[in-house]
Amino acid sequence: MSSFSVTFRSPDDEVCVLDLKGELDAHTASELEAAFQKCLDDQRPRIVVHGGDLQYISSAGLGVFMAYIEEVRDQGGDIKIAALQPRVYNVFDLLGFPVLFDITSTEDEAVHRFDADGA
Amino acid sequence: MPAPTPTVTIPSATRYLARVRRFVDKQATAAGLSERAVDEVRLAVDEACANAIEHAYGGRENGTVEVTTEQAPGLFTVIIRHTGVPFDPGAYHPPDINRAIHERRKGGFGVALMHRLVDTVEYRHHGTTSEVCLVKRLNGNDGESASA
Repeated sequence: MSSFSVTFRSPDDEVCVLDLKGELDAHTASELEAAFQKCLDDQRPRIVVHGGDLQYISSAGLGVFMAYIEEVRDQGGDIKIAALQPRVYNVFDLLGFPVLFDITSTEDEAVHRFDADGA
Repeated sequence: MPAPTPTVTIPSATRYLARVRRFVDKQATAAGLSERAVDEVRLAVDEACANAIEHAYGGRENGTVEVTTEQAPGLFTVIIRHTGVPFDPGAYHPPDINRAIHERRKGGFGVALMHRLVDTVEYRHHGTTSEVCLVKRLNGNDGESASA
């Protein structure tokens, strides 16, 4: 059984940090989907996905980012992806995510980019 | 005597994908693939199995997906077999990621990923059984322990 969890954190009133842990695949992708949907429902579209403990991602997981990014940006926010392990970053890179998504080395960098770009 | 062909068989449900990944991880590592090559084969097999479960069986959980690994000099092969609806590679068009984002689509990238992760992707049919054959070439530092 795939082990995956999403935990919500709010370092400030503006940004919602999602800590991903475990393996994000076709079975667990719906949990990330629910987390993004909750951010939208709560009208908190400034989202940082912290991937430091994300061990694995398949196209089903990447698909959730693709399905939500436009709606999040429409609400004036963004999904910034931080602290990915190299093996997980490689998968994002294979599909060209670094061109389309803001991917940073650290959570702090991602949070500060919201201040910098006003998104 | 022919080498044994390790096999794992799972029900057609996504909750069993992790079991396939562990199996491929173990076999590919034992075959001497580099860490990166193991990651790539494991992901390609995961995509093929997820496609079989979600598309070939259409979410029906009473089917099975069989995953077999084979080794030959310089090659690591994984064959994924199912008896669901065969995939027609001729009808597949790799999706454009910008368009997918615009259309808020979350699927369709598994096949494109598979082709980037392994050297050969081949589709075969034997009666009611469909096979996806994924071949990864061992190169560079890969295969050192296999030849030891």
